[in-house]
Amino acid sequence: MNPSATADRSLEQLEEVVIRFAGDSGDGMQLTGTQFSNTSAALGNDLATFPDYPAEIRAPVGTLFGVSGFQVRFSARDIHTPGDAPDVLVAMNPAALKVNIADLKKGGLLIVNTGNFGAKDLEKAHYDHNPLDDPSLEEDFQVVKLDLNEATIQACAESGLSSKDALRSKNLLALGLLYWIYSRPLDTTERWLEKKFGKKPEVLAANLAALRAGHTIAENSELFRTRYEVAPAPLQPGIYRNVMGNAATAMGLVAASKLSGLPLFLGTYPITPASDILHALARYKNFGVVTFQAEDEIAGISTAIGASFTGSLAVTTTSGPGLALKAEAMGLAVMTELPLVIVNVQRGGPSTGLPTKTEQADLLMAIWGRHGECPMPVLAANSPADCFWAALEAAKMALRYMTPVLLLTDGYLGNGAEPFRIPEESELEPFPVTHYTDAERFQPYSRDPETLARPWAIPGTPGLQHRIGGLEKADITGHVCHDPDNHELMVGLREQKVMGIAKSYAPLEVFGESSGDLLVLGWGSTFGSIRGAVVRSQKAGKKVSQLHLRNMWPLPLDLGDILGRFDQILIPEMNRGQLARVIRGEYLREVVTLSKVQGRPFTTAETLAKIDELLG
Amino acid sequence: MTTTDTLSYQKKDFVTSQEVRWCPGCGDYAILTGVQQVFATLGVAKENFVFVSGIGCSSRFPYYVDTYGFHGIHGRAAAIATGVKCANPELDVWVATGDGDALSIGGNHMIHAARRNVDMTVLLFNNRIYGLTKGQYSPTSERSKKTISTPFGSLDTPFNPVNLMLGAGATFVARTVDTQLKHLKGVLEAAHAHRGFSLVEILQNCVIFNHGAFEHIAAKQIRDDRQVDLIPGKPMIFGKDLDKGLKLQPTSIEIVSPEEATVWNPAGATGANAYRMSMGDERGLLPVPIGILRSVARPVIDRDIHEQIAGARERLGDGSLTDMFQAGDTWKVG
Repeated sequence: MNPSATADRSLEQLEEVVIRFAGDSGDGMQLTGTQFSNTSAALGNDLATFPDYPAEIRAPVGTLFGVSGFQVRFSARDIHTPGDAPDVLVAMNPAALKVNIADLKKGGLLIVNTGNFGAKDLEKAHYDHNPLDDPSLEEDFQVVKLDLNEATIQACAESGLSSKDALRSKNLLALGLLYWIYSRPLDTTERWLEKKFGKKPEVLAANLAALRAGHTIAENSELFRTRYEVAPAPLQPGIYRNVMGNAATAMGLVAASKLSGLPLFLGTYPITPASDILHALARYKNFGVVTFQAEDEIAGISTAIGASFTGSLAVTTTSGPGLALKAEAMGLAVMTELPLVIVNVQRGGPSTGLPTKTEQADLLMAIWGRHGECPMPVLAANSPADCFWAALEAAKMALRYMTPVLLLTDGYLGNGAEPFRIPEESELEPFPVTHYTDAERFQPYSRDPETLARPWAIPGTPGLQHRIGGLEKADITGHVCHDPDNHELMVGLREQKVMGIAKSYAPLEVFGESSGDLLVLGWGSTFGSIRGAVVRSQKAGKKVSQLHLRNMWPLPLDLGDILGRFDQILIPEMNRGQLARVIRGEYLREVVTLSKVQGRPFTTAETLAKIDELLG
Repeated sequence: MTTTDTLSYQKKDFVTSQEVRWCPGCGDYAILTGVQQVFATLGVAKENFVFVSGIGCSSRFPYYVDTYGFHGIHGRAAAIATGVKCANPELDVWVATGDGDALSIGGNHMIHAARRNVDMTVLLFNNRIYGLTKGQYSPTSERSKKTISTPFGSLDTPFNPVNLMLGAGATFVARTVDTQLKHLKGVLEAAHAHRGFSLVEILQNCVIFNHGAFEHIAAKQIRDDRQVDLIPGKPMIFGKDLDKGLKLQPTSIEIVSPEEATVWNPAGATGANAYRMSMGDERGLLPVPIGILRSVARPVIDRDIHEQIAGARERLGDGSLTDMFQAGDTWKVG
C-alpha cells in the first residue's frame, strides 16, 4: 500500500450512485453486480438493482445480443428504483460499450477494458473504428482505459491457473476497482468466494488475487482522482438482508407454511423468470417443503391441486405462457374450492415474447382469463422485498377463504434486489389452520357464514369420505348437480365469496394529500418509479398524490371514493392500459394511461414528464 | 395408515348414494363391482382410499365408490393423483381413466407417473372408443376404423397400452377383462400389493359405440383359446383343456405342449420378455396375454420425497423462520 497515493486524492461524500456493469454474458456481470449490491447493503445503504441479461445462456462471445448488464443504485436515503441513468458504466468489451453508452450520464465515469478492444472484438460489435479513439468520448465522459485482461493475468500469476482460466476472474478485478472508488470493504465478497470456491483452491486464489489487485490498482495508480463515500441510509431500525424478489416470494411461502402449520407443496415446471422460486424452495427441504418438478405446467398445477386436496399449503409458480397452460386447472381449483397459490412472474409476451424481460401484461388474464364465471382473487407485489409480504398474504387468503389466489410479480421484481428488513416475531402472527373432522355435521359444500369458505376435509379423516370434482356441485351436499337454478346459485355463491374478501382489506393509504389535481394510480413493480416522480412533483408544489394497489381483484371497497377526489387519474403500466380498462369498467371513470412495453421498467423521468404534461 | 386385518368391510360399504349413470350393459358396471369387492378385502381403512379420475365415462367412477374421490379434468388424473400421493404417501391412491383420457390428452402424465414410480394403481378402461363425446376413434382404435370422425376410416396407428407403459418404465403392468370378474379381482389385488406404479389395462366393452370390440378375445366360447393368463412362476398355458403352452424362443413365440411351456417371469431385468409378449397377435394364432406382464421393484418417489426431507431435517435440523431469515449476510440498522 502506498499511503501517499491515497492521501493526494480527495474524499467526497455522495448521496447516491448508480453503477452499471456491462459485459459479455459469460463475463460474470450478474455476479459482479450482486456482490457489489451485497457489500453495499451490508454497509447500510439502501439499494435497488436491475439485472438485464439476454435469453441466450452463452451467446456467441462479443456480440451485441450477448451483452449482459447489471445496474445497482446505492444511496444514503430511502430509494425505490435502480435509477434512471447510470453515473458509472463498466464496459468489458466493445459490444457492452455500444449497447450502454447512450444511457451513461454526461460527465459520468466510464471504465473500459481495453484488453477486449481488438479488431475482431470491434467487428463483432459492428464498430468500423475503435470508439475509444473518438475524441467526443473524452469530452462527454471521464474515461478510464485499463487492460483488465493483462492486469488479471498478472495478478493471478501465482494462482496456478492457466492464463485462459485466470482471465475468468477479470470481473473481480473490476469489482475491486469499484470497491476502492466507493470505499467499500472487500470482506463480504472474500467470504462469499471462500464459501463458493473452498473446494477449488486455485480458482479461489485467482479470484481473491484479482479482487485485491483491482483494489490495489485503484489505490496506487493515478487513474482515479477522487474517492467517494455513500453514507448509510436512515432505514427503519432492524436486522436487514439483501433479497431478490423470487427468493422473497419463496420465503413468504415458507413463512406461510410455518405460521399455518401446514406442509408446503410446490408443483411447478421450470420457466424463466420464475424458476428461481423453485430453486429457492428446493433448498428448504429441512423446513418440510416438498418441491415437485413436474413434467409440464399443467402437471405443475394439477399436482398442487392434488396436494391441496390432501391438506397441504399448495403452490404452483410460473410465468405468462405457463399461466395460459394452467387456466383450465385454475377453473378446477375454483370449482372444487380448494386453497392454492398461483404465482405468475410476468414477462414480455405474447407467446415466448421476451422471456428475460419484464412486463405487466397479464393483469386482465389473471382477473378474467378463464372459461366460465370463474372468480379468483389477484394480488400484486410492488418491490423485491414486498414479494415476501405479498406471498404470505396470498397464502393466508387462500387458506382462509378456500380459494385459489393468483399472485402477480414480474421479471423486474423477481430478479431485482433490495434490502429486506427481517420481520419481528410480532409481525408474523401464527394463523393455525385445522382440517375439518366433525363427521356428524359434515357437508362438503356448506359454508362459513362470514367467509363463505367450505370445510376442508382431507383424505385419511374417518367418516368424511366425499367426492369433489369439476362438475357443478349442489349447494351444501356437493353432489353432482345439473339443475339450472342450482347452477345460478352456485355461480353467485362463488362470486360472493371472492368479492367478499374485499371487506377484509386494510383501508387504502394515499401517499400525499387525500384529494388534488392528479392521482397517479399504479400496481406492481411500477411502485418505485411512480414514488420517485410523485415525490419530485410534490416538492415542486404540485397537487399530486400516489395510490398503489396490492389487491387487484376484488378491488378495494374504498377505491371508488378516492378516485372521485382527484381531477385527473394517471395510470403508468407496463402494458397497453389493462388496469385502466378495469378502472373504466368498474367505476365509469376516465383515466390517462402511460404505457411502456419495452421489456424495461419505467424511469422516474418518464413518469415525471407525463405528470408535468398533464398538469401543464 | 390404518392397515389391519381386523377391518372387516363388505362390498356395500363402498357403495355411494349416487345413482350410477352408465349405459345399461356397460362393462364399467362389472369393474365397479370388482373394485368394491376387492376394496372390502384389502385391510385398508376406507378413509385412506383416494380415487382420482379424469374425464370420460370411466372417470365417473369415483362418484360411485364410497371413499375420498376427486373427479379431475381431462387427462390430468395421473398428475392430480401424483400430487395426492407425494403430499401424503400414507394414502392408498387409485386412478380410473380411459383410453382417451390416459393415452391421448393425458399421455404425458401417464408416462411420467410410470417413470417416477408413484405408488398408485391405475385402472385404464380401454374400450377403444370415445364414449362420452359420442363415438370418435381413440388412440387405441384399430387402423381403418370407421367412426363419426373418421367416416372413411381412421389413418392412425393405435397404441398398445401395455406395451406403451412398459416402455415408460412402469414397474407393474397387467391386463384383464371386464367380463372376467374373478380374474379382474385377482389382478387388482396383485396391483394393489405392488409397491410402486401399477397399470392395469381392462379390456372394456362399450355397448353403444364400440360393441363387441373385444369379442375376438373375450367371447366366452373362444376366450380360453384366445387368451393366455400370465401368472408369475407358472408356465404359460392356455386352451379350454389347458392343452397348449407358449414357449419364448430367441426370435419367436411358439405354441408348444404344456410341458414345454416357458415359466413366466415378470421380473426380468430388462422387461424384454414382457415387451415381446405385449406386442401380441390378437388377430393371429397366438393368444393375447392377460394377467401380470411386469412386476419389478424400483425406488418409489413418494416415499423417497419424504425420506429426503426427513434426512435433511436430521442433518440440518428442523428449519425455523429465524434460520431462514438469517441465512447469508445480515446487518443491523439503528
